[in-house]
Amino acid sequence: MIRDKKTLLILFGMPVMQILIFGFALTNEVKNSRILVADYAKDVASQQITARIEASRYFDVEKTILDHKQIESAFKEGKIKLALIFPERFNEDLLHQNKAQIQLIADASDPNIANTLTAYSSSIIQDYQNGLNTTYSPPYRIETEIRMLYNPQLKGAHSFVPGVMALVLMLVCVMMTAISIVREKETGTMEILLVSPFRPLLIIISKTVPYLFLSLINVISILLLSVFVLKLPVNGSVLLLFAESTLFIITCLSLGIFISIKSATQQAAMTVSLMGMLLPTIMFSGFMFPVENMPLPLQIISNIVPAKWFYIIAKSIMIKGLGITALWKETLILAGMGVFLLIISLKSFKIRLS
Amino acid sequence: MKIQTVDRELSIKTEKLSKRFGQFTAVNEITFDVHKGEIFGFLGANGAGKTTAMRMLCGLSTPTSGKAQIAGFDVYKHTEDIKRNIGYMSQKFSLYEDLTVLENIRFFGGIYGLSNQQLKTKSEQLITQLGIQQEAKKLVSSLPLGWKQKLSFSVAVLHEPEIVFLDEPTGGVDPVTRRQFWNLIYEASDRGITIFVTTHYMDEAEYCNRISIMVDGKIEALDTPANLKQRFNASSMDDVFYQLARGAQRTEG
Amino acid sequence: MDAVIVDSITKTYGKEKTHAVNGVSFSVKKGELFGLIGPDGAGKTSIFRVLTTLLLPDSGRASVDGFDIVKDFRKIRDRVGYMPGKFSLYQDLTVEENLSFFATVFGTTIKENYNLIKDIYIQIEPFKDRRAGKLSGGMKQKLALCCALIHKPSVLFLDEPTTGVDPVSRKEFWEMLRRLREQEITIIVSTPYMDEATRCDRIALIQNGNFLSADTPESIIHSYPDMLYAVKAENIYTLIQSLKNFENALSCHAFGEYVHLSVKPALLKGTTTPAEDHKNTEDIKNYLSMAGFKDIVVKKTEPTIEDCFIKLLS
Repeated sequence: MIRDKKTLLILFGMPVMQILIFGFALTNEVKNSRILVADYAKDVASQQITARIEASRYFDVEKTILDHKQIESAFKEGKIKLALIFPERFNEDLLHQNKAQIQLIADASDPNIANTLTAYSSSIIQDYQNGLNTTYSPPYRIETEIRMLYNPQLKGAHSFVPGVMALVLMLVCVMMTAISIVREKETGTMEILLVSPFRPLLIIISKTVPYLFLSLINVISILLLSVFVLKLPVNGSVLLLFAESTLFIITCLSLGIFISIKSATQQAAMTVSLMGMLLPTIMFSGFMFPVENMPLPLQIISNIVPAKWFYIIAKSIMIKGLGITALWKETLILAGMGVFLLIISLKSFKIRLS
Repeated sequence: MKIQTVDRELSIKTEKLSKRFGQFTAVNEITFDVHKGEIFGFLGANGAGKTTAMRMLCGLSTPTSGKAQIAGFDVYKHTEDIKRNIGYMSQKFSLYEDLTVLENIRFFGGIYGLSNQQLKTKSEQLITQLGIQQEAKKLVSSLPLGWKQKLSFSVAVLHEPEIVFLDEPTGGVDPVTRRQFWNLIYEASDRGITIFVTTHYMDEAEYCNRISIMVDGKIEALDTPANLKQRFNASSMDDVFYQLARGAQRTEG
Repeated sequence: MDAVIVDSITKTYGKEKTHAVNGVSFSVKKGELFGLIGPDGAGKTSIFRVLTTLLLPDSGRASVDGFDIVKDFRKIRDRVGYMPGKFSLYQDLTVEENLSFFATVFGTTIKENYNLIKDIYIQIEPFKDRRAGKLSGGMKQKLALCCALIHKPSVLFLDEPTTGVDPVSRKEFWEMLRRLREQEITIIVSTPYMDEATRCDRIALIQNGNFLSADTPESIIHSYPDMLYAVKAENIYTLIQSLKNFENALSCHAFGEYVHLSVKPALLKGTTTPAEDHKNTEDIKNYLSMAGFKDIVVKKTEPTIEDCFIKLLS
């Protein structure tokens, strides 16, 4: 076994990697979330609460007063996860009516994060309220009015459907393509195809086109299920979603072709696809673990995972109902990756055996 | 616990041994004996049931019906005893490619419970016998195929088993090495080890004391090569085999 | 012009530059059945891969059907048929589907060249709806041969088509090749079985990447320099041990039921007189009966390709 370097690497390298990644990087805990405080009151109470929230390590506070429309677009662009709105005369209400209201608006396209954030902020406000009540005899009540944007019922399906789409497409396209091409190498049929008038490019196309269609069928069935069974509407353009899915599928297929060219056995292709592709997809796409909370190096790494971009795109189209104008940047990145991978894999496809 | 047969001159004794997979009878009531120290050739066309029969005899697969005793042990009840008293080598499985020659010898010797002292003398003896002193510390993967096969055989008989099963041991090996390999077989047989061998080389069939030819799961012929040639009025074993296997119905699964 | 011309091809592998093919040259005439005979690891597959344009040689030149294997590799791919050693067809496709798949790949139809494969295909036609994975070794080979032939190649490369196949199927396979030869298709075939050598028009004996000899099987046999005797007695093993010490013995090897003993020729090669033969035979007999052997048979025998191979190796 000493001579089997690969096994050694997997055996000892994997646990170290996993512990480090899961221990430090991948937590469901929400830290440094960008939130917006819109303080229309600007009085003692509102500023004290804001100060407390700013002091918390969970939040990264931006203080501006925006109108309702601007707040909404800040959410759409994904700039903020939560908005805290103090109405005018907040302190006055509190002192004279013993009762005041704060509005909390959360981006519920990721229900977990939304829940956590509202709970954190509510408890800070609660704390403040309890502090007041030790000094003043009639109890003050600060009511928090919570609004869950995009996903009022906090359905988990909202975030997992786009995630599953990314995962399934990755799995089908990368692993299946890689394995099916490598299998031809193993059975010797690749040798025959090479020694035939068939052009290498045609071999690749004929191996990948079926998977492109299969994957599109997968997309359709996932969407049908989510619309009719999970009652989750697609808020944005279905056509755009398809176009983006196709783009992602092509990126994945190119990746699959590349893996198949580099691996000699089905087993190797499988290992690379699983370890090198599926794991990063789960960890870095933002579907299981929020990317925002990872240490900076991992956040940078997450940028090279195609699934991350597709997840953002799919989620934005399905839940937030955004169009291409809001998503052109992500689309461009994904397209760039696709073209890059396609070129590399076509370049490295050999017309000979070695 | 060793069950003594009436005649312990026999290394292998089977009676109507059969193996069925659902509707398909892979091995159909084969009955034969192999004497101690005999070189027994086990021939048959592709898919005749050789591999299945061999697996049963090695204690790797339980028969559907019939009786068999290997080295005096019952194939149903004492498979572990059987495994301890046989050696096995095939073209596909031979040695650990990423261990050295010496390490392989020590490893396989260790499995069969040889002591350190025994291992030391045995491995020296074996390396001298094969004339591979220079290569003893080299990885097996760097050896030519013929050497690997010879080494692999020597390792299979390292623990002096009563029987050694050889599954196409010489496939693809050059003619000189092939004969050196058979010399090893003869030497082992001289020491009293029973040899049970399958091959596609018909000239090798001639080197066996007796051979059986399986067709469609049954043993169609079993005798010395000379007697078989006489019976089928054939000039070579090739011809005998051709006459018997030509009528085969069954194809490999 | 010759169908295949190979001029000092060398191919090495790995960091240590192990020679798989070491400066090999030969040529194959149009319509010839040429055999590469040698054990595993001799370099047969590498030669095939170089000629089918799958591998680039380190040095040397070769042409197939007049086209250079490096420059004109596409033209070669258009016109040759190739059956790799580990080739196992598409296991999940039926016999017929496999065949029509390869026909499509080569831009033809089963109908167009049915004549060529008819003889062979008829034998597997009853199983045409069976999946290739469920066929026997012999039938798989016939199907593979059909697939390699479907586009009427001018040169057919068959890498170890009979390895691991039982003697009956092997015999049938060679008979098919002989019939194909009549169709003017040049065939290069490799095999580790020496007894198949005589079925080729010309052969090359190959070991460790080098050609030991390349000629017709008859000439190779004819150029065997020593006198060869077939000896039989009770126990082959002790017989071999004993014959090794015979005074004129060059080498002795088991050959089926006999032991082949080669003896130094007294005169020039190939010119043994019956008297000389008689003397040698008697000498061997006497020597063996002195050593206590019974049922001794000694006779002069013709060498086989295997004898020649062994001689060339020593």
